[in-house]
Amino acid sequence: MMNRIKKVATVFRDTLREIFDESAYRRFLERSQLESSPNAYAIFQKENEQLKSRRPRCC
Amino acid sequence: MPKFVSVVLWIAVSLLGAFALATIAFHRGEQINALWLVVAAVSTYAVAYRFYSAFISAKVLALDPVRATPAERLENGRDFVPTNKWVVFGHHFAAIAGPGPLVGPVLAAQFGYLPGTLWIIAGAVLGGCVQDFVILLLSVRRDGKSLTEMAKTEIGRVGGMVAYVAVLSIVVILLAVVALIVVNALKSSPWGAFTIAMTMPIALLMGLYLRRIRPGKVLESSVLGFVLVIAAIFGGQWVSQTPSWAAVWTLTAPTLAILIVIYGFAASALPVWLLLAPRDYLSTFVKLGTIVLLAIGIVALRPSLHMPPLTRFADGNGPVFAGKIFPFAFITIACGAISGFHALISSGTTPKLIRRETETRMVGYGGMLAESLVAIMAMIAACSLQPGVYFAVNSPAGIVGAAPAAAATTISGWGFPVTDTQMAALAHAVGEQTLYNRTGGAPAFAVGMAEIFSDTLGGEAVMALWYHFAIMFEALFILTILDAGTRVGRFMLQDALGHIWKPLGRTSWYPSILFTSAVIVAAWGYFLWQGIKDPLGGINSLWPLFGICNQLLATVALCVASTIIVKMALAKTERVNTARPTVRLGYVFVTLLPLCWLVAVTFTASWHKVLDPNPRIGFLSHARQLVAAGANPRLIFNDRLDAGLTAMLVAMVSLILIESAVACLRIISGSKPAVTKEAPFVRTTLAEELG
Repeated sequence: MMNRIKKVATVFRDTLREIFDESAYRRFLERSQLESSPNAYAIFQKENEQLKSRRPRCC
Repeated sequence: MPKFVSVVLWIAVSLLGAFALATIAFHRGEQINALWLVVAAVSTYAVAYRFYSAFISAKVLALDPVRATPAERLENGRDFVPTNKWVVFGHHFAAIAGPGPLVGPVLAAQFGYLPGTLWIIAGAVLGGCVQDFVILLLSVRRDGKSLTEMAKTEIGRVGGMVAYVAVLSIVVILLAVVALIVVNALKSSPWGAFTIAMTMPIALLMGLYLRRIRPGKVLESSVLGFVLVIAAIFGGQWVSQTPSWAAVWTLTAPTLAILIVIYGFAASALPVWLLLAPRDYLSTFVKLGTIVLLAIGIVALRPSLHMPPLTRFADGNGPVFAGKIFPFAFITIACGAISGFHALISSGTTPKLIRRETETRMVGYGGMLAESLVAIMAMIAACSLQPGVYFAVNSPAGIVGAAPAAAATTISGWGFPVTDTQMAALAHAVGEQTLYNRTGGAPAFAVGMAEIFSDTLGGEAVMALWYHFAIMFEALFILTILDAGTRVGRFMLQDALGHIWKPLGRTSWYPSILFTSAVIVAAWGYFLWQGIKDPLGGINSLWPLFGICNQLLATVALCVASTIIVKMALAKTERVNTARPTVRLGYVFVTLLPLCWLVAVTFTASWHKVLDPNPRIGFLSHARQLVAAGANPRLIFNDRLDAGLTAMLVAMVSLILIESAVACLRIISGSKPAVTKEAPFVRTTLAEELG
């Protein structure tokens, strides 16, 4: 039972991290082999700017 | 679960759903409890998901669990990332859920709760969910191609061009309509205007926090932003109760419209990290939380529906918008039942995250079911209001009169009693100066939501806070769409202009950014201005126009889907994976059925909006009436422009329908080879890992 609750909580946390781009930032850091810093985040945002800008939001 | 138990369980769920549907359909006289709507919807969704979507998965789309998806084959850690199905579900739902499923049902409630509810349930399970699911899978099989690209490669160049124009038109009209909803919700409301204005510095602060203080900690900054927004709601109460500040923040509709246009331009031209991204995060955070809260409130309170199942306005003379149930209820409720805009998301980010084809069922079909449930909740919020109150809030001054007493008398004369004292008390309870003529759906939804929330938590003393929380929630949603939509429109325009003069296509060249942002903002700003100057409230002409655009886009999506299914059924190519079953031609009915319905709805609605002799419905007859009255030529031009736009869209969608039908007939007759443009089959390496 506890394992199941833990699993649900993990998926819930992962969902929020994906929705809020935290996972994307983590992947970026891994890919670029950078430590999290204001500079690294600025590069991540610049890289994702077009991607995010083109993402439609429904009505 | 043993098969016998499963069979008994599903028979029980089906019977429960049928009984609930019969109750809401045949109940007359006494009020019914809102839970009947929830039970009818949830049971139908469960049966549809278990059986209909399983049929589509197995027989129509022949989902292949061993075929590698683009997320696996093209994984790059950026846009192509194999992701857990529940995570993709949450991501997809957050992208498709906007203010549409909240506002549409509130407006359609003028017909009573029955037409809208039945359309939300049936439209979703047979149309919207099918469209989202099928387009998602087809995009997955084409390396995550967009709807416009699929239309171009699978139907023809006309298809691609029509899809492009339909998308651009819908973006412009959508932005104008949602901006109008915000204007109508915030005009003469110092509390609301202050709270929403504060969300801008809060978003900027979040942007700086993310960039400088805690890089990448989005959830943390969203919680911080949320706390600040709640503080802004309390601040708004203080502002509204302080005469000098209240005067500053009491804004007229034209002032608000100008401010929103300026804001839209700035948001489109500013760097994403500064305003767009943090506002998007904040809006999503509030959106997901509020939807859950509303669901809990409805289940806990189980409100009665005061609105009758069918009102006298089924005859087409409704004050909220003119037109009969068919076709207008079906274009008014788009996002909760079927929305073409969803096809853009199903062929945008989501297909690039899907790990296995089989997961498209839960994400595409299941995601739309969740959206539909949100629309049911909006219908409940609107119909739990006293009908007299509902019509007083939603009717424009041009119909019921500008004076409160006259409006109350007119509405009571329709058989929906309401008094001026009652409206004044309600306005006082929610902290507003007046609730008359607050067209657009958002204020009515906010009053309904505030009643549900305050009855569940806090009582009447906190009703004003809940009302402004609801307004803030809707306006935040909408401003996010304005930010993101203006940018999407800008990029589309830059892509197109780049073919004419290359520098204009450069998305990082500032003169191009400023020029294209100005064009997009001017386009939706024009329609917004038209809306606020319209004596019938603007929503009467703009919401149906938006509904028509949206449903025409769904028509394009279903057309693409039907053409591809025909090709899949008749393709003679050697099948690499022999385990994948063949698709029968007859199964094209799953997309053809909603396609035919949408063609009937949108073409009829367009005919009425252009040519109907009733000036409240037809743009041209309204223009003639204005000419006869010697009205401002600008108003006459606006009507003709709306008529021209509608006719152009219908003509273009007719072209894509003809091109698609000709292509299908040639394939069926054997004069054209059935070749689909799927990416080549590659066996997944994730199969063992995923089980």
